[in-house]
Amino acid sequence: MDALLLARIQFAFTVGFHFLFPAMTLGTALVVLISETLYLITKDALYARITDLLARLLGLIFVIGTATGIVMEFSFGTNWSQYSRTVGDIFGPLLAAEGVIAFFLESVFVGVLIFGRKRVSPGVYWLSALLVFIGGHLSAFWIIVANSWMQTPAGYEMTSAGKIVLADFGSAVFNPSTVARFLHTVLATWITGSVMVCGIAGYYVRKGLHGETAKAMLKIGIILFAVTPLLQLGAAHGHAIQVIDFQPVKAAAMEGHFTTARGADVYVAGYVDEKNEKTYGISIPGGLSFLYNFDFNSEIKGLREVPKDDWPPVNLVFQSYHIMVTLGMIFIGLGLLGALLLWTGRLYTAKWYLWLLPFLIPLPHLAHETGWITAEAGRQPWIIQGLMRTAQASSVVVSKGDLAASLTMFALVYLLLFILFVMYFVKIVKQGPAEERIVNGE
Amino acid sequence: MENIQNFQILWFALIFILLLGYALLDGFDLGVGALLPLLGRTEKEKDTLIASIGPVWDGNEVWLITGGGALFAAFPHAYATAFSGFYLAMMLVLLALIFRAVSMEFRANDPARAGLWEKALAGGSALAALLFGVALGNVIYGVPLNDKMEFAGGFFTLLRPVPLLFGLTGLAAVLLQGASWAVLKTEGEVRERSFKAAQILTWINAVLAVIYFVALLNVMPNLSGNAFFYVAVALTFAGLIGLIFSLRKKNDAGPIWESSVAFIGLFLAAGAAQFPNLITASNNPNYSLTIYNSSTGLYTLQVMTVIALVGMPIVIGYTLFVYRLFKGKAKADGHY
Repeated sequence: MDALLLARIQFAFTVGFHFLFPAMTLGTALVVLISETLYLITKDALYARITDLLARLLGLIFVIGTATGIVMEFSFGTNWSQYSRTVGDIFGPLLAAEGVIAFFLESVFVGVLIFGRKRVSPGVYWLSALLVFIGGHLSAFWIIVANSWMQTPAGYEMTSAGKIVLADFGSAVFNPSTVARFLHTVLATWITGSVMVCGIAGYYVRKGLHGETAKAMLKIGIILFAVTPLLQLGAAHGHAIQVIDFQPVKAAAMEGHFTTARGADVYVAGYVDEKNEKTYGISIPGGLSFLYNFDFNSEIKGLREVPKDDWPPVNLVFQSYHIMVTLGMIFIGLGLLGALLLWTGRLYTAKWYLWLLPFLIPLPHLAHETGWITAEAGRQPWIIQGLMRTAQASSVVVSKGDLAASLTMFALVYLLLFILFVMYFVKIVKQGPAEERIVNGE
Repeated sequence: MENIQNFQILWFALIFILLLGYALLDGFDLGVGALLPLLGRTEKEKDTLIASIGPVWDGNEVWLITGGGALFAAFPHAYATAFSGFYLAMMLVLLALIFRAVSMEFRANDPARAGLWEKALAGGSALAALLFGVALGNVIYGVPLNDKMEFAGGFFTLLRPVPLLFGLTGLAAVLLQGASWAVLKTEGEVRERSFKAAQILTWINAVLAVIYFVALLNVMPNLSGNAFFYVAVALTFAGLIGLIFSLRKKNDAGPIWESSVAFIGLFLAAGAAQFPNLITASNNPNYSLTIYNSSTGLYTLQVMTVIALVGMPIVIGYTLFVYRLFKGKAKADGHY
C-alpha cells in the first residue's frame, strides 16, 4: 500500500465517521425547534420534556461532532498539503467563512440549549433553539459549498504557475452544484433526525412509557418521516439531473453506462463488470433518459466519452448509488405508512410498526454514507473535477509510517467513541424525558 | 503590490487576534480541565468545576477552528507546511482535543467510570496546552525547511529546548487562566484551593516569563529595538503583579482579567518576534515562510476581510450575551 492510498483511506474513514454526527445534529435541531415552538405556543410542558430529552442527546451528539470535525479541518493541512497550497485561495475562505458565519453561532447557542433551561426565559430558550438550527444549517451550507466547488469548480482562474486563484467569490460559492447538493444533504439530515425520533418514541409507545409525551413525540416524528423523504425525492431528482449535466462521467458510473446512447436504461439493481465493460441487472428501458427530461429518447453520455484513466471506480459508485436510492424508496414507503396509521388513529396500537421503528435508526446513516461514497468516489480520479488529480494532492513530507500510525490511532479511538456513543445514547433514551415539570428561569 | 502588503499585514494581525482569543478563552477551560484533579476533591466539587466550563468550552474552541480556517485562507503555505510537517505532533493535538471534549460528556453519562474520564479530561487539556506552545515555539525559533517550503526535520526536531520552553510557558499560562476562572466561578473549599493554586501559578508564571523573554531576546536580537516587545513585557508583569494583589485580597473577578493581561503580553512578544515571518527557517533565512511569500491573492484577502470585519463583531456580541447568561457562580444542576 502506498502513502496516497493510506491518506485516502484515512480521509474517507474520518470524514465518514464525522458525518454521522452533524447529520444527527441538524435533524435533532429541527425537531428541537419544532417541539420548542409548540411549547412556546401551547405552554404545554409535554413539549418541553421532548426538548429536554433531545437536548441531552444533542449534548452527546454535538460533542463528538465537534471533536471529529476539528480532525477534518486539520486534515487538509496535515494530509493534503499540496491541495491546500494549490487551492488555498478558494477553499480556505470557505472554511474560514464556515467558522465566522456559522459554527460560532451554532456552538455558542448549543451551550444555552443544553445547559440553559433553568437560566433563561422560554423566549430566549426558543431563540437559542432557532439560532442552533440556523447556525447548524449555515455550517452545512459552507461545507457543502467547499465540497461542491471540488465537484463543479467555478469563479476561479488558473495562473501560469498552475495555482488556482479566486476570480469571483459569488460564482465560486454558488457554483453549479451548490444549491442542489445543499438541499439534498440537508433533507438527508432531516430524514436522519425524524427516523431517530420515531425510533425512540416508537420504543416508548410500544412499551407504554412516558404517556402523552411519547405519543406527541412520535406524532412529530411520523409527520416529518412522511414529509421529508417525499421532499427528498424532488431534491434528489434535481441533483441527479444536475450531475448528468455537469458531471456526466459520474452520472454514467452511477448507472453503469459505458456507451453514449439515446433511451438509456435506469437500473433497479445490478452489477457492473468493469473488466468487460458490461452492466447486468434489472432495468427499466429508457428509464434514465425519461427521468432526465421526460423524454424516453434523450441522449445520456457514457463512460467511453472520456479516456479510461478518467473513470471512477464504476461498480463501487453504481452499488453505493443504488443502495442509497433503494433506502430512499423504503423511507418513502414506511413514512407514508406511518402517516396512514396516524391518520386512521391506529399508530399508537400498531405494535409491529412500533417494533420496527427503532431498527430503522441506522438506515438513514447508511443512505447518506453511500450517498457520500457516490459523490466522492464518483469524482475520482479528480480531487477537483477536471482540474487537479487526487494523486497530486497529498502531503509530500508525510510518510507511510506516519500514516500507518495516525490511521491506527483514528481506527482505535473512533471505534471506542462509537461504542461509547451507542452505549450512552441508549442509556439516555432509557432514562427518558424528565418527568417533573420543566421550569424556565429561576 | 503596496496594496496587497497592507492586507497581508492586516491578516497577520487578524490571525494573531483569533489565536489570542483562542488562547485566552479555551485557555481557561483547558486550564480548569487540567487542574480538575487538584482543585476538585469530591464529586460535587468536580461537577461544579466542569459545570463552570460546560456551556462555553465548545464556543471557545471555535476560535481555534476559525483561526485554522483563516490561516488556510490567508496563508495556505504556512498552513500546509506546519500541519503536514508537524504531522505526528498534530495527531497528538487532535487526540488530546478529542479526549478533553468527549470526556466531560462521557463522565456525566458514566458515573462508574467517572475517574477515568476525569483523567482523560485533565490529560487531554494539559497535553493540548503544552503542544500548542511547542508548535508556536517551533515556528518562531525556526525549523529546517527546504526550497519547496516543505518541513525538512523530524518529530524530535520539534522537541528542542527552546520550543519546549515555549510549551511550558504556555501551559503555565493556561493553568493560571484555569485557576483564575475557578476562583471566579466556584465557592467554598474549591474557591480556596483555586486561590492557592493561582498564587503558586503566578510565581511559576513569573519565573517562566523572565526566562521566556530573555530567550526571545537571545534568539531574536533585533527585538531589543521593537517597542511592541517592551509593551508586551510590561503587560505580562503588570498582569502578574496585579494578580498577586487581587489574590491576596481574595478578589473573585480580578484574577481572570489580570491573568489574561499577562497572557496577552506573552502572545504579543511572540507576535513581535515573529513578524513578518510565519514559519522561520532555521537552516536558511531565504527559505522562511513570510506573510509576503505565503499568502493568497489580493482578491481573496479582500473578501476575507469583509467576512471577518462584518462577522467577528457579531460573534463577539453574542458570545458576550451568552457569557452574561451564565454569569455568577457555577451550579452543578444542569446537564452534567
